[in-house]
Amino acid sequence: MTFRYLPMTEQDKKEMMEAAGISSTEELFKDIPENVRFKGDLQIEPALPEPELVKYMSALSQKNINTKDYASFLGAGVYDHYTPSIVNHVTLRSEFYTAYTPYQPEISQGELQAIFEFQTMICELTGMDVANSSMYDGGTAFAEAALLSAGQTKRKKIIVSKSVHPESLAVLQTYANGQRLEVVEVGTKDGLTDLEELKNAVDSETACVLVQYPNFFGQVEPLKDIEEIVHSEKAMFVVSSNPLSLGVLKPPGSFGADIVVGDAQVFGIPQGFGGPHCGYFAVTKKLMRKVPGRLVGQTVDENGKRGFVLTLQAREQHIRRDKATSNICSNQALNALAASVAMTALGKQGIKEVAVQNIQKAHYAKNLLLEKGFSIPYEAPFFNEFVVKLNGPVKEINKKLIEHGMIGGYDLGRDFPELENHMLIAVTELRTKSEIDKLATVLEGL
Amino acid sequence: MNTQDQSLIFELSKEGRVGYSLPALDVPETDLGSLLPDDYVRTESAELPQVSELQIMRHYTALSKRNHGVDSGFYPLGSCTMKYNPKINEDVARYAGFAQIHPLQEEETVQGAMEMMYNLQTSLAEITGMDEVTLQPAAGAHGEWTGLMMIRAYHEANGDDKRTKVIVPDSAHGTNPASATVAGFDSITVKSDDRGLVDLDDLRRVVGEDTAALMLTNPNTLGLFEEHILEMAEIVHEAGGKLYYDGANMNAIMGYTRPGDMGFDVVHLNLHKTFTGPHGGGGPGSGPVGVKKDLIPYLPKPVLMKKGEGYTFEYDRPQSIGRVKPYYGNFGINVRAYTYIRTMGPVGLKQVSEYAVLNANYLMRRLEPYFDLPFTQHCKHEFVLSGRRQKKLGVRTLDMAKRLLDFGYHPPTIYFPLSVEEAIMIEPTETESKETLDEFIDAMIQISKEAEESPEVVQDAPHSTVVKRLDEALAARKPVLRYVK
Repeated sequence: MTFRYLPMTEQDKKEMMEAAGISSTEELFKDIPENVRFKGDLQIEPALPEPELVKYMSALSQKNINTKDYASFLGAGVYDHYTPSIVNHVTLRSEFYTAYTPYQPEISQGELQAIFEFQTMICELTGMDVANSSMYDGGTAFAEAALLSAGQTKRKKIIVSKSVHPESLAVLQTYANGQRLEVVEVGTKDGLTDLEELKNAVDSETACVLVQYPNFFGQVEPLKDIEEIVHSEKAMFVVSSNPLSLGVLKPPGSFGADIVVGDAQVFGIPQGFGGPHCGYFAVTKKLMRKVPGRLVGQTVDENGKRGFVLTLQAREQHIRRDKATSNICSNQALNALAASVAMTALGKQGIKEVAVQNIQKAHYAKNLLLEKGFSIPYEAPFFNEFVVKLNGPVKEINKKLIEHGMIGGYDLGRDFPELENHMLIAVTELRTKSEIDKLATVLEGL
Repeated sequence: MNTQDQSLIFELSKEGRVGYSLPALDVPETDLGSLLPDDYVRTESAELPQVSELQIMRHYTALSKRNHGVDSGFYPLGSCTMKYNPKINEDVARYAGFAQIHPLQEEETVQGAMEMMYNLQTSLAEITGMDEVTLQPAAGAHGEWTGLMMIRAYHEANGDDKRTKVIVPDSAHGTNPASATVAGFDSITVKSDDRGLVDLDDLRRVVGEDTAALMLTNPNTLGLFEEHILEMAEIVHEAGGKLYYDGANMNAIMGYTRPGDMGFDVVHLNLHKTFTGPHGGGGPGSGPVGVKKDLIPYLPKPVLMKKGEGYTFEYDRPQSIGRVKPYYGNFGINVRAYTYIRTMGPVGLKQVSEYAVLNANYLMRRLEPYFDLPFTQHCKHEFVLSGRRQKKLGVRTLDMAKRLLDFGYHPPTIYFPLSVEEAIMIEPTETESKETLDEFIDAMIQISKEAEESPEVVQDAPHSTVVKRLDEALAARKPVLRYVK
């Protein structure tokens, strides 16, 4: 049987075996003890020729309802945004996507420079001094921020607001278990972190306080008040932030955040059933040498020419091994590249315009639903998501919305029992007025 | 490669240029001041570049030309499995039904995605000989940590909370001990013998009541199969520990043997290595983890199950270690890996390993006369040379690696494993032709001769790249990690 990825011919094989001093390739596997040798064929599906494989995979993909054909009001951490066509054309340059980590800087200047530019853009948006080359995603970056805080402060108590993404909270819990850290959850009041409860929870044992901005319900957390509480006990202030919202919202860095994390999926990265996305991790200068993951720095070559290298590697697992504070080895370079291209295409002006359109459209939708008589439980300022109480179970309503060509919002009852029949609705710049109107009309009729 | 000075995108920026287009706002506009409190509105703009679409494309095209990928040329980077990344994978991953679906859609609207995941996890279970696989971990190191967290949960559930140590061989990947630390373990090292294999006596010495697990790559990072694997499994299991398989080197053994049959309890795979998810310049990867029956209760949740004709995520898993990642893993990479598995089938995957191993042995025997070969038995998919002969001539392994750049190759992995002096770790993969291997051999032979006859040519390399050797000490001493106007 021949395969298009395997160039070995019978003639090649003969010559190579001769050079290797063997008469059969079986000899190369003789060191595998007989009793652990696998006999027969692996019980997996047989190979498919390319045209049949295209048909099969295409059919599989078409069993899914996608956000290209359906108007999506689903967000909750992953969003349907405008992706300039150019993003895909850049990420398909195979010099980028078929390369490994840029360990040989002389032939990796392209990737290194692209990451250096990514780091700069993240610093600009978050208002922080230093950003790394990216993390797996927003959820694991969130957890790594807690680990960094515990290491830095030598304290073991992690305080997290219940208004953060429930899946980030779950990931944090797992990571904290690994390090035997205590996680204390602070409740919410009117869809915002309960400041009284937070004040009571923060003490001299607190390593950090983690909040989300805008939070899981879409609302703008009062970072100014939270910062005072956190820093009064010299704990680290960690803010997880949707970087698109920072086109309009004041950046966490301006509020004294020590670590800002989040996901750059909003910039040109497909929702892709939840991954791969692109976590970012930004810190103050003071924490520069504690950042997990890779950092790209500027330097010069032997002729004084500007160039870029991976730097401050003494922090990383391949040098520190068991002394490393994080085991992260890869980053999400290709998605960081996609995000950089999207951020560049939007530019200084576009990021504001997109962010403003999100705010305007989401507020239009909220007001429309209010007019239709729905109750909106929270009243704080919000970005592109808000909570609405519906007339029945969200799951059932979402089924109906599909029939009308729409993907409904997130069923909050899944994570918050007190929010049964409440839907988290996201309205991005891609939703048109007529789609929003239709959503309101259909919801009203159910 | 382009040798001109390369601007940063920020240096191309000019006030007022745009690279996007959006429809005008089609809902009634409300004054922003009435929607957001003043002190939460950004006053200073984020200084993102202002450039046109063509400028963006030219910029990134120029950057791509300053980058070497598998499609640019041979990439024998040991332990990284830099094989061809099939183009159909890229197409399939971009189908709207895979790329443009939301992870929190109702399950009945994403059955195709769940079917793909289920098929992939059962295929991987079969290939590795494990009972159940989770696709949740994002990368190899993330998979290691996930596996170790499960092992910890297993021991703790048995009231066995004194098992605090993870044993790793001295040749192990750096992520192994780091993952052990992050999972709350101490790691201890077991020595290799003079054949490059784990020293069984030393293993017997270090195991005990405090052993949580032994982490092993097999074939190991020297490219050698640990032929005493069954004895090792027995030693560790008898002490009450678990066996962890680092699947970084799975490309060597598909269809020949399976970690599950060797006695391993937990396995992680690097889908971006063996299963062609592209490396992407450093990620995203995907690091599924397979386990034997007794560890199934501890799998991260949710667990994807088949239910009748459909698929569902099961969240009610009281003994689960919890979530290790939001949603269900790096789905887009998993789509690529599944497309690859369906391209190759059982016969193809076995040929992959056969040819990966033959290519490595061919290279090794052809290079053996010119470089020191510390371990002379047949190798698997990779092998490690030592540059100590050239070092005596004043030419270091680093110099030879840089010299290879002049020939258009990405150099092998160097100075790893740490146990070999001046190590040169070469992994050709099965997707390279004999002609490519022969050209590479010629280049390596020429470099070994240059080391003897004109060492300065090697010491001063590279000669043809867009930048010369870079001052890494300066980068670390005076870090410049972002552009400032």
